[in-house]
Amino acid sequence: MAKSPGRAALAALPLLFLLLFYFYPLLSILGLSFAPAGRPDFSGLAALIARPYLLRVLWFTTWQAAASTALTLLLGLPAAYIYAHYDFPAKRLLRGLTTIPFVMPTVVVAAAFVTLLGPEGVINRALMRTLNLAAPPLDVLYSVGIILLAHVFYNTTVVMRIVGGFWANLDPRLEEAAAVLGASRLRRLTEVTLPLLAPSLIAAALLVFLFCFTSFGVILLLGGPRFSTVEVEIYRQAVNFFNLPLAALLSLLQLLLTFTLMAVYTRLQARAALPLNLRPQALALRRPAGWRSWAAVAGINTLLGVFLLAPLLALAVRSLTLGDHGLTLRYYTALRQNPTQSLFFAPPAEAIVNSIGFALAAVALALLLGLPAAYLLLARTPQGQPTRLARWLDPILLLPLGTSAVTLGFGYIIALDQPPLNLRTSLALIPIAYTLLALPFVVRSILPALRSLNPRLRESAALLGASPARVWREVDLPIIGRAVLTAAVFAFTISLGEFGATLLLAQPRTPTMSVIIYRGLGQPGLLNYGQALAMSTILMLVCLVGLLLIERLRTGEAEEF
Amino acid sequence: MSLVAPLLQVHAVTKTFAATPVLHGVSFEVAAGEIVCLLGPSGCGKTTLLRIVAGLEQADTGELHLGGQDLTAIPVHQRGFGFMFQDFALFPHRNVADNVAFGLRMAGTDKAAIQRRVAEMLALVGLSGYERRRVQELSGGQQQRVALARSLAPQPRLLLLDEPLGSLDRTLREELLDDLRAILKQAGITALYVTHDQQEAFAVADRVIVMNAGRIEQMGTPAAVYGQPASVFVARFLGMSNLLAGRVTAVSPQVQVATVLGVLHSAQAASSLQRGDAVQVLIRPDAARPAACTPDTPNCLATRLISASFRGSRLKAMLAVGDIPLTFELVGIEAARLPAPGAALTVLLAAEGVALLQAIT
Repeated sequence: MAKSPGRAALAALPLLFLLLFYFYPLLSILGLSFAPAGRPDFSGLAALIARPYLLRVLWFTTWQAAASTALTLLLGLPAAYIYAHYDFPAKRLLRGLTTIPFVMPTVVVAAAFVTLLGPEGVINRALMRTLNLAAPPLDVLYSVGIILLAHVFYNTTVVMRIVGGFWANLDPRLEEAAAVLGASRLRRLTEVTLPLLAPSLIAAALLVFLFCFTSFGVILLLGGPRFSTVEVEIYRQAVNFFNLPLAALLSLLQLLLTFTLMAVYTRLQARAALPLNLRPQALALRRPAGWRSWAAVAGINTLLGVFLLAPLLALAVRSLTLGDHGLTLRYYTALRQNPTQSLFFAPPAEAIVNSIGFALAAVALALLLGLPAAYLLLARTPQGQPTRLARWLDPILLLPLGTSAVTLGFGYIIALDQPPLNLRTSLALIPIAYTLLALPFVVRSILPALRSLNPRLRESAALLGASPARVWREVDLPIIGRAVLTAAVFAFTISLGEFGATLLLAQPRTPTMSVIIYRGLGQPGLLNYGQALAMSTILMLVCLVGLLLIERLRTGEAEEF
Repeated sequence: MSLVAPLLQVHAVTKTFAATPVLHGVSFEVAAGEIVCLLGPSGCGKTTLLRIVAGLEQADTGELHLGGQDLTAIPVHQRGFGFMFQDFALFPHRNVADNVAFGLRMAGTDKAAIQRRVAEMLALVGLSGYERRRVQELSGGQQQRVALARSLAPQPRLLLLDEPLGSLDRTLREELLDDLRAILKQAGITALYVTHDQQEAFAVADRVIVMNAGRIEQMGTPAAVYGQPASVFVARFLGMSNLLAGRVTAVSPQVQVATVLGVLHSAQAASSLQRGDAVQVLIRPDAARPAACTPDTPNCLATRLISASFRGSRLKAMLAVGDIPLTFELVGIEAARLPAPGAALTVLLAAEGVALLQAIT
């Protein structure tokens, strides 16, 4: 990359942004943890360690994440196997459907599970009606069970995509070679398949563990007050008890743990990328032969279909049928009214406008920073090596992915509330937080396209008579264009559904859709509940459209997480 | 073929993939210690046949016997065969020694014996000292040798090779071809070898089985198959394009056949031929040599040189008699004496180079 002032400025932009809105807030957390009154003070830390409270929170955070991961693998691995090895009718459509939960905002998932399994939920009502019961028989809301279920719901597709993608590309000849050399079915699995699959398996498990470890919305909304993960505790200490030093200490702990997990994950990712003589998927695919494999395919797909789609369907249906009015749009129309007549609450519909505004601002900002960042990452020295800047920038750009949104939001509150940067009451904080959270996804979406931009293509175009401007328009733009659009949609859906940081940063007068859903689910009354469902359904549909767009724009088989 | 009972017997094997028949009742035998090549164009069913013998695919009907034992019910991992894949399928997560040791470990061989055998095998393929190397670091030729050592290590009763040189470049292939036959013969192994390359088949095989569209076209020694192709397909597949319709006009003292080029004399034994038989006449590419002959000389053709291209030790010449194209390979000194393209050229055909193919297909 040639050195020029313009380019340098472009490179400085993402770095400056990260410095200001990522490292500075995190450093402030560090400061608040160990120097709450401006001088070093470790009493908070000592007190925290001394109390069983911390151990209790940590223990619950860890074991629920481990249990969620194990359960996710239990469902995800057979599904990954089926999708990697068999070709069956409507496979593309079914695979697309399994992706839906992953893009759903936590508030939507929480609302969906409440609608399906709550005391007023679809299943309880059906059981009460058919068995003539007076009280709902199923009492799972505010239990560990529903938390684990929601986590499995969320992450099954992660296992399917990571392990399944790897499995499908594994050379079937390796197993055949082992078979001819005398390895039984079991030994082929233990000697060949599992060792080769291991990096992807561990990577998937770690990622799921990380997601569940930092889970916020699901725990807060489905677990009720009895259950607290580190993430939820940061929020409670900061907002409910206003114990900022303790929240800071917890944030620091959370950062350390997630960074450790992220570091291990990235290492494994690099190892999984070793040359394995991967083959195009079509070679390994075959039609199910015999009733056993057909039964397996049908069974797994039914299970996935029911488990992954039932909650979302229940949500959509109940948002239209809640109460005893039959099919009704009253909860949707109610969104445009001001329910409490309170000075602080705007009509919920305004939250839709707010959310879209924030999300659009975040998309613009994320692209503005992400595009130059992606170009920087691919910069090469004349010897063809990544430049030093590129090698540094790569892990730094991934950091926000491993940073909990609540921690980030908390960092903004304590860091950006005084001159020269007093943004505490500014609406800008929300899109800035969104941008940070979306940035890793934006960069990762654009990178493969940029990388596939073979310089020979530009050379060929030039040799065929295209001027430089024409080359950019005819070659660069069509190839990168789709990726940029994908990145934009990604950023948009992530922003629209963001909950953790939003809850800390949103002003009472300018709530977002996720905040409205949270409030609606937490307040008594059928109207509040119905409005939450209606708003969730709208949010779900928007994310669904986003997912469809991403799938449409996707090119090639490879994906980078 | 040897006189001892065959080691492998393949009888009337059929296979259909998704309503497309791939093998139509294929039968053949392989004697102990013999190297047999299945030769044919891609899609002829040769690889499927090999995979059926290995137990990686199931035949729809037909029988497989090894040393008199029925193989049908024996799963792949209990057959005790060796198999070499086209791209070797070396285990990427294991080093060279562990790859070679894999089959021995599966058989429960003790550690010391494994170590001895691995060393022995690597010495056989010329890779001693490579034990700890990662397989990704090896060149294509070295990977091929490791794959060979791996499949030979457990002393398989039968070695199956699926285009084992297919993914190597031309020069390396030539070099490994001779080594491969020497190693197989030294190990005294019985082998079934699949390839689409006739040079490779001729170089490595004791016997060649030419396959076409799921059927066997011809079996025999390389020399027999090359010398007397059994069908037009085999002739064309072996790269012989000078084929003409003809009718036998005499069977003694020498076989003579009338073609559009006139009457040609053939050195072929008359055997079952009779006067008046309709035949396909094959003029082998190496049958012609430029000569100052006259039209009344038997097998003298007055041709026109269309083009000539230099191929190293030989020269490929495209000739025409009227509008009938003929392709010949000229060797040695004659090549330098060719006239300019377009000029007349008389050539004399050796009677040994004129073969009559019975079947008109």
